[in-house]
Amino acid sequence: MMTSLGHEDYQAIGLSLKIAGVASLASLPFAIATAYCLARFRFRGQMLLNVLVHLPLVLPPVVTGYVLLLLFGRQGPLGQMLEACCGIVLSFRWTGAALAAAIMAFPLMVRTIRVSFEQGDGRLEQAAASLGAPPVAIFFTITLPLAMSGLVSGLLIGFAKALGEFGATMTFVSNIPGQSRTIATSIYGYTQIPDGEEPALALAGISIAISVVALVLSELLMRRLNRHRKATP
Amino acid sequence: MTFLALDVSYQRGEFDLEFLLHTDVPALALFGPSGAGKTTLAHVLAGLLTPQRGSIVLNGLTLFDAQAGINLPPQQRRIGYVFQDARLFPHLSVKNNLLYGRMWQPRGPSPLAFEDVVDLLDLAPLLDRYPPSLSGGEGQRVAIGRALMSEPRLLLLDEPLSALDEARKDEIIAYLKRLRLAALVPMITITHRREEVLLLADEVVFVDRGRCTGTQSTASFTTG
Repeated sequence: MMTSLGHEDYQAIGLSLKIAGVASLASLPFAIATAYCLARFRFRGQMLLNVLVHLPLVLPPVVTGYVLLLLFGRQGPLGQMLEACCGIVLSFRWTGAALAAAIMAFPLMVRTIRVSFEQGDGRLEQAAASLGAPPVAIFFTITLPLAMSGLVSGLLIGFAKALGEFGATMTFVSNIPGQSRTIATSIYGYTQIPDGEEPALALAGISIAISVVALVLSELLMRRLNRHRKATP
Repeated sequence: MTFLALDVSYQRGEFDLEFLLHTDVPALALFGPSGAGKTTLAHVLAGLLTPQRGSIVLNGLTLFDAQAGINLPPQQRRIGYVFQDARLFPHLSVKNNLLYGRMWQPRGPSPLAFEDVVDLLDLAPLLDRYPPSLSGGEGQRVAIGRALMSEPRLLLLDEPLSALDEARKDEIIAYLKRLRLAALVPMITITHRREEVLLLADEVVFVDRGRCTGTQSTASFTTG
């Protein structure tokens, strides 16, 4: 099966892993912060934040991609700003594909992580405060470690979503070999041409293999995390 | 010297705490039926709840003064609160639970050595274990040790025996006796059981429906 894959296909596989890895890891801190705010605080504009975060989940991906193009394209206001100040170009680059994947994965990550923050009821944080720990230290020594299994599943689901992202990526950064041609856009490309079935099938198989490996890894990590926690507190 | 001067109002929903207490005795029991507001008072003392009015002065240090706008956060009050439900950190070993409070104290010689706390409460065999594997009595001992290790100005024990079955109670009582004899820090014990009052306090403060209804020395409490 592998013989049906050419240089561009291997490039697409590598690029997919890079885009999905960067997208999920880079958005993780933001997803943690957003999930924490939504789970533990009540504030003005919370509803708005919630809606904004979930928007990419309910919008057609093409719309999200188009909005990204309008905002972050070379002519878009944010795109021009990024290029002027930091020399970063997103449109038709792998970085743009990573941004699209991150935005599409974000709501799923926030939802997953939020659940694990909601499980804690603040009692252990109270205990930590009475022992003298400052609030930031409490977050990093108590709240975050206790939400670790949620973070791992959030990261996995973000990676998986980013790996499979198609609509927004295609619209925003197209399907350019070496830049924005991922496994997903390659498969789509192959289905559009004659004799494309074999490489499409091979790439589909690789896609399944990556997903299985990611699932097994997260399962192993979860077991390791829970090794001391036979009973929940 | 005044040990504790407390005059606070705290209202929440139907519950109304209006508490006035002035005492020189650094070993108190807050005694009253459940629902009398003892735990609310403990939370107010520890800074976990903020009263609407009043002041709290512990050993000359103002913890709270509504008029002066003083409200020390829990971490600055340094009140070693031993919660009814222990609240050990499940992801840390017993040893790291014990050391948790020490991390936030200024470095330097400490009045309470780790080894002394471990000896006092017989924690040596538990050090490498994790809280979910501890029995109720063991967990309570670790919680007391953890509070002591944070070098508290005051140890606040909230119903230290309530979560334990009868056999475990006797076990913990022995340790509480030791703790009392060691007289390491001032103590306030919240309880609705006479035996705990006699064991842990020199003065008993009666609490009923959110009010202080009187104080009495433990000696006369025994006979009365």
